[in-house]
Amino acid sequence: MNPSHDQLPPVTITPYPDGPYLVRGDFVVQDQEGNELPTERRTIALCRCGRSQMRPFCDGTHKLIGFKAPSGPEPWPGD
Amino acid sequence: MARRLIELPPPRGPLSGRLFEALEGTPNQGLEALGPVESADPIADEDLQLALYVSYELHYTGIRGVDEAWEWAPSLLAFRAELERPFEAAVAELVEPATEAELVSVGAALQGIAAEDPGPPLSRYMETQGTLEQMLEHVVHRSAYQLKEADPHSWVIPRLSPRPKAALLEVQADEYGGGNAERMHSVLFAKTMAALGLEPAYGAYLERLPAVNLATVNLMSCFGLQRRRRGATVGHLAAFEMTSSIPNRRYGNALRRLGFGREATHFYDEHVEADAVHENIAAWDLAGGLAAEEPEVAADIIFGARALLQLEALWATHLMDSWERGESSLRERAAVPA
Repeated sequence: MNPSHDQLPPVTITPYPDGPYLVRGDFVVQDQEGNELPTERRTIALCRCGRSQMRPFCDGTHKLIGFKAPSGPEPWPGD
Repeated sequence: MARRLIELPPPRGPLSGRLFEALEGTPNQGLEALGPVESADPIADEDLQLALYVSYELHYTGIRGVDEAWEWAPSLLAFRAELERPFEAAVAELVEPATEAELVSVGAALQGIAAEDPGPPLSRYMETQGTLEQMLEHVVHRSAYQLKEADPHSWVIPRLSPRPKAALLEVQADEYGGGNAERMHSVLFAKTMAALGLEPAYGAYLERLPAVNLATVNLMSCFGLQRRRRGATVGHLAAFEMTSSIPNRRYGNALRRLGFGREATHFYDEHVEADAVHENIAAWDLAGGLAAEEPEVAADIIFGARALLQLEALWATHLMDSWERGESSLRERAAVPA
């Protein structure tokens, strides 16, 4: 057992600037009924703009619609 | 998949003629030093681009009848450097230098650059109107790179520090099929070629590829093989990934419109999903990571991205203009001498 590996979180979800959520680690994507959505790659991108044609996965459409969102939390109004 | 081995194509002028003749002989013999190469338009120069392409191919593949020791022959490297000089200069003339603002956030700058594609709407044309003949030509052009997809950028791996290197490997592992040769993108492209009735063997169409297409591949080899261009290599890859998912959806749609099934479209469909992942890693973790650790190469990252888009635009313009004139965008096969 690699001790440094033990310290890694099992799954990370990273919002990329103006882009999707990248999911890395030991994850499963499933629908509400618990049916697994097959994923073939180790890192996947989940749609964050809502306009992908293959939701819940990203297909790059956010670039066509000018989607803007920071990687960190949105600031509160007035902040 | 068979091992890659290409044939030397017919030369296109004195540069490729001298090079190919020497390559058929003893390594490092018979290739006289070139003086400075004069070319009115190095990017469209058939002779120069073919000579450059074959000189780079020595690093990627075997060439029938050519001793593998030519790869590092000093006379070959000196000859190639004279071809690279006018090519790199011509590319530099097409590329606007990076602004101060772009250097502050390379990831954001790449997003802006990728959004302003200077080329004609080739993928939209293919999706809605392209003919079968035009689609086949498009695939033949792309075979120059796609049958070795990811390889030109892999040269840069040992030249990166850990953070950008890890990001590059995250992308490349996926390009290479994540441990499954059948999912490797170059293998998927070969399957697309076969499904379309094209010859999927590496290098089979080299003779038919015009300079403006060879230049797009020579650009990545030129960057990838030189450590001093590690920034440009990374910028090129990032821009490639960032301008891939939407056009590839359109090319897949073009094939579906033309009546082809999953075997033919899989390569394109795979790239919609894959590059929607890769583009973020490439822009922010790879390019942004490299710029953070080596700020002195940030301008070259931007250069590599713009160079890709400029050369792709010239290539796409060549296709659209050829078709507009009712001509093939490929070169004729040379007649076999009697």
